[in-house]
Amino acid sequence: LKESKRAVNSLRDIVDDDDDDDLERVSWSGEPVGRRNKLPSFQSLSDALSDTGVKNYTPELRRPKAEYKDYSSDWSPKDTVRRMQRGKVCSLERFRSLQDKLVLLDEAVAGHDGNVITAVLIFLKRTLRREILFRELEVRQVALCHLIHFLKESGEQKFLLDLLRFLDRTEEVALSQYREHLNIQDVEKRREFLKGCIGLPFSAEDTSHIQDHYTLLERQIIIEANDRHLETAGQSEIFRKYPRKASILNMPLVTTLFYSCFYHYTEAEGTFSSPTNLKKTFKIPDKQYVLTALAARAKLRAWDDVDALFTTKNWLGYTKKKAPIGFHRVVEILQRNNAPVQVLQEYVRLVEDVETRLNLATKYKCHDVVIETYRDLKDRIQLTAYKCKVERGSAEEDKINSILNNM
Amino acid sequence: FCFAFFQLLYSEHEVEKMFTLKPGRLPQADVKNIIFFVRPKLELMDIITDNVLREDRGRSPQRDFHILFVPRRSLLCEQWLKEQGVLGSFIHREQYSLDLIPFDGDLLSMESESAFKECYLESDQTSLYHAAKGLMTLQALYGTIPQIFGKGECARHVANMMIRMKREFPGSQNSIFPVFDTLLLLDRNVDLLTPLATQLTYEGLIDEIYGIQNTYVKLPPEKFAPKKQGEGGKDLPTEPKKLQLNSAEELYAEIRDKNFNAVGSVLSKKAKIISAAFEERHHAKTVGEIKQFVSQLPHMQAARSSLANHTSIAELIKDITTSEDFFDNLTVEQEFMSGIDTDKVNNYIEDCIAQKHPLIKILRLVCLQSVCNSGLKQKVLDHYKREILQTYGYEHILTLNNLEKAGLLKPQTSGRNNYPTIRKTLRLWMDDVNEQNPNDISYVYSGYAPLSVRLAQLLARPGWRSIEEVLKMLPGPHFEERQQLPTGLQKKRQHGENRVTLVFFLGGVTYAEIAALRFLSQMEDGGTEYIIATTKLINGTSWIKSLMEKLEPAPF
Repeated sequence: LKESKRAVNSLRDIVDDDDDDDLERVSWSGEPVGRRNKLPSFQSLSDALSDTGVKNYTPELRRPKAEYKDYSSDWSPKDTVRRMQRGKVCSLERFRSLQDKLVLLDEAVAGHDGNVITAVLIFLKRTLRREILFRELEVRQVALCHLIHFLKESGEQKFLLDLLRFLDRTEEVALSQYREHLNIQDVEKRREFLKGCIGLPFSAEDTSHIQDHYTLLERQIIIEANDRHLETAGQSEIFRKYPRKASILNMPLVTTLFYSCFYHYTEAEGTFSSPTNLKKTFKIPDKQYVLTALAARAKLRAWDDVDALFTTKNWLGYTKKKAPIGFHRVVEILQRNNAPVQVLQEYVRLVEDVETRLNLATKYKCHDVVIETYRDLKDRIQLTAYKCKVERGSAEEDKINSILNNM
Repeated sequence: FCFAFFQLLYSEHEVEKMFTLKPGRLPQADVKNIIFFVRPKLELMDIITDNVLREDRGRSPQRDFHILFVPRRSLLCEQWLKEQGVLGSFIHREQYSLDLIPFDGDLLSMESESAFKECYLESDQTSLYHAAKGLMTLQALYGTIPQIFGKGECARHVANMMIRMKREFPGSQNSIFPVFDTLLLLDRNVDLLTPLATQLTYEGLIDEIYGIQNTYVKLPPEKFAPKKQGEGGKDLPTEPKKLQLNSAEELYAEIRDKNFNAVGSVLSKKAKIISAAFEERHHAKTVGEIKQFVSQLPHMQAARSSLANHTSIAELIKDITTSEDFFDNLTVEQEFMSGIDTDKVNNYIEDCIAQKHPLIKILRLVCLQSVCNSGLKQKVLDHYKREILQTYGYEHILTLNNLEKAGLLKPQTSGRNNYPTIRKTLRLWMDDVNEQNPNDISYVYSGYAPLSVRLAQLLARPGWRSIEEVLKMLPGPHFEERQQLPTGLQKKRQHGENRVTLVFFLGGVTYAEIAALRFLSQMEDGGTEYIIATTKLINGTSWIKSLMEKLEPAPF
């Protein structure tokens, strides 16, 4: 603690030039300020111990080279492990029999030192037949975990998969293999790879996700090719007005749906790029679909499309508006896209909860809705008060007056 | 990586310059030796290889390379360097056994980011070995710890290793009067809940929002621009403002562990005191009085600058905590923690996914719900997974798999939810929390008492025997070990003297938990003072991030 105090104080002189002005100079006394029952023992103990051999426990930088050589060839497995734990280089070649090798491994595991365990495992991997190694590791969990970790780190994918298959850890095999797709940059190759992953032993749920991943990428490749063509041809209005900022490849499903609702909204279900096709193929729930379509059409200020999203004809032929999401959410999205008040008003009117409706209507100046709601609540006071929020001589003011007179 | 600690060696051993490790050519420096001081991580080996290969061998004088691994050499790394063909370029390959780094007077950390992932996902207990070694060093300096308590598989391993190490190195028996009475080893997975919740202490919020790295925080500079007179229209700084945060700063020590809602009043009181102090200059009449005032000036100026900084930070935090989204998020967290509606799909979470909020925020919430429900019903879990994969990308299957392995987001297996029992028995949810003048540790989350700290609290008084049933519901064994002290060193406790307990969190600890333990330390008649050690200082975001699959292919 005393030395870190010195260290921090001299910090400024040694750190990169860039950092000079940014460091706040705070003195480090090593003594925490504000603690009532500070332990006096800490500080003085360190002081007291600084001369009495504490240095034995701090690391030395220089060690005699001799310490690294392994002169004797008679070290037992236990002692070999001990020596390795101390950082001494040991040759393991003399452990020839399977028995010896296993004892060596068990000693390494008992010593808990990851480096030593790994070193022994590398030796065994090199000098044992695979089946034997796998069989022995099956009953040695700790060593097994170390080997798996080592294989993952060093990228020895094939060996790892063989090991996992032997252990019947089939789901892990599947996931491990699937992970490799991230290293494939070329889309076509990636698509092929994903196709190959479908038959792997994933859990039931995961299998459907992998299938979807493949299908999605396959679609994206087709859409991307078509749209790039459309863009360069320059004939399509939507692509001229809103040039694409990025490719659709490898984007998540919902992003793809948004893209489709933006650029391909009116297409029939038969094409790969139509929103309805995506909805059907990936079983996108209504809620998600409506939200995404709404966001896309609102961005394009296509209010009629928005209207159509929520209009349904019942069997009598009457139209009615309903939404799988709360209408307050619809209002939010419309407002974010600067929808005109007349459009906004329609949907504020549909918000079920009265308080929310009033809040939104007042916030976004949907006067008619406020007035109508107060009228329905028969709230004279609020209605009168609201008069000052509308323009003098406006239609809204007249409306309020007429309602008040008839109450 | 803690710069400060390096200086320790370097100032004594004539080091010219220090640079951060970066790919590309090494900077110019007129030195003979270049030492790479690194953690044994493969990604770092790639950078070193790049540095070495780009070194101009024709230059004179030639520079020698050495490498120092912290805290241990790694066979894997050396193998890697060998395969890249650069291993022979290093004249010395050594290790520097830096296990526990002091972060404050009562806080030690190994700063091992991958410890949780390695221990709980990969069953790799190397970091536990280092923890044990760190504890042995600690005992060499501060005396053998007579009592060891623990809960969790990893805790059991560390204790076993400590006992074995002591047996194997009998020479380390020393005659130091023990400072610690008790060591409490806790697995992180005994309490998976606490790191997922948003911390509400001042320091906790700074970490949640801006991230504290090695006691430093980088903040948006706008609020910290010095107001210089006569220079109107000066350009605002664009570099983030970097501040160091530790207990040596008086004001920070006072407010760091308070609930954020209690910080404002402290700051305004301080402002009055400092103003009054500066006003004193009008009352200084005699030369003696003026001299005294002037001698106080540096301290007063430091106090004023400190106050200005923390007022700015508090303003920045307040902008976030008063936002609608923060409120909605916190409301849902607290509903889950108090046991409300943990078995259904949550509307707010769905809305956040639909609006594509940052993925880690979503993961924290669904994991919180899962932990508070002892696992989610299969239908609910599948629903969330589907929505996440469709919105953020199918490749996140890998991360979701990791979270399941770690026990954070999993299906409910036994069909019964243990959380309500645990919550009630350990009094984890306290309705009548007092944020200004707390009387219980639940103030750090404005209602939720961290499970881990409750366990520490109950261990001290009345002991774990009173919660046997609940302990069995938590993962891993619980145990007690005693270590022999040489005769004459047995500690005789004075009346009223506090016991000292070292709490070691294996897998990470949050600032809120540290605040809660400090609260217990300063309680009247508390009886125990706590020192905290951990493998890493974490918050929910950094923790979940460490469990996410790296999705970008490696740059090399």
